[in-house]
Amino acid sequence: MEGLAREILDLTLEHLWLVFVAMMIAGSVGIGGGILLTRKPSWRGWVLGFANVMQTVPSLALFGFLIPIPFIGGIGKHTAILALVLYAILPVLRNTLAGILGVDPAVRESAVAMGMNGRQLLWQVELPLAARTILAGVRVATVTTIGTATIAAAIGGGGLGVFIFRGLASVDTTLILAGAIPAAAIALLADGGLGWVEHKFSAA
Amino acid sequence: MNAIVSFQNVSYRIGNRTLLDGLSFELHAGETLVLLGRSGSGKTTALKMVNDLLRPTSGKVLVDGIPTIDWDPIRLRRHIGYVIQDVGLFPHFTIADNVGLVPRLEGWERSAVRERASALLAQVGLPPEQYAGRYPRELSGGQRQRVGVARALAADPPLLLFDEPFGALDPVTRLELQRQFLVLRRQFSKTALFVTHDVREALILGSRIGLLHNGRLDTLTTPADFLHAATPEARAFLACLDVKNEV
Repeated sequence: MEGLAREILDLTLEHLWLVFVAMMIAGSVGIGGGILLTRKPSWRGWVLGFANVMQTVPSLALFGFLIPIPFIGGIGKHTAILALVLYAILPVLRNTLAGILGVDPAVRESAVAMGMNGRQLLWQVELPLAARTILAGVRVATVTTIGTATIAAAIGGGGLGVFIFRGLASVDTTLILAGAIPAAAIALLADGGLGWVEHKFSAA
Repeated sequence: MNAIVSFQNVSYRIGNRTLLDGLSFELHAGETLVLLGRSGSGKTTALKMVNDLLRPTSGKVLVDGIPTIDWDPIRLRRHIGYVIQDVGLFPHFTIADNVGLVPRLEGWERSAVRERASALLAQVGLPPEQYAGRYPRELSGGQRQRVGVARALAADPPLLLFDEPFGALDPVTRLELQRQFLVLRRQFSKTALFVTHDVREALILGSRIGLLHNGRLDTLTTPADFLHAATPEARAFLACLDVKNEV
């Protein structure tokens, strides 16, 4: 029993690491990309279309598709992280775009008319006012990623999915729960924590 | 006379719609020129050309003798105060931070920005000790517009643009702010271009009135002479004053 507890802890940490790395990448790419799309309206259709298509691919299949791709694919953590990133980008990207485009036009116009340059407009006006919407996107993406990351085990990415797949193979409910319960707990904690941060931003 | 702003045969088109058609006039130092007109007459379009929010399709707008397209837009805009109907205060900034925005962008010392913001709030009738730390959503429409005026005055720009600043206010508050405008104008001796569709406001505030009709200058004259203007559009606006006959 002590062996199992130890393994739960190890795999939970591995799981957290997968989610953390994937969200760091998806967060920067999604927020950066969202900002870029507010400046390049003609790119919006293409980029959002691509991100949408990525989300429609069944997750197990996406992990599978990436295996044969040279350099970026193969078996292991980096392929799993790539797949998680592809999934997590859309909500972050979409909310960043919506948050910035949702800033009151009168506020934006007066910022420009007061003589703000592009960078000042972004950092002092657009991002603070869009922060809450952007964070909501990050929260949705994080919670989804925590669940999806269990599939990473299918391609040797590790994490709590290891228990689930092992339990499925040996028809052992205890093992499945050993993977599912910690994953669910992490998701709830992440949801609550990020929800709290979001609330803090809305107060300002 | 000294032209602060000069419109030289300015036209503005979007697609095949002509919003301004060969507009020419000059704004002289110290005067308040009111551009009066119906919705869609081109008055706001003209105003936005002064601080380069819009650029003429043909013709030139000169500010201090320099075409707007040759100004660095950032320098030009910080040189001009701007007040709009929707105010456009930053909801995440305190009142003091909103007022101190341009001085801060200009790199003033913190203490100087704070002092300036307090002085201006007092001048527009909002005691700073009571209002400086509040947020825009905690203020009434009239109070917000006062903050908008204080913000436009903050870096002491020689030229001010007003785009129907009192249009969304109730008539009593509007009159209060119009009176304050006159007081402030006497104190600061700024040059102002003021857009409105309210002929009463134009007569009260303007040192001259420019009536725009379908993107053209219909009449340009003093308020006293405007009362006797003969063009159909001027008559249509003057008819708005004769409420007594309607009741």
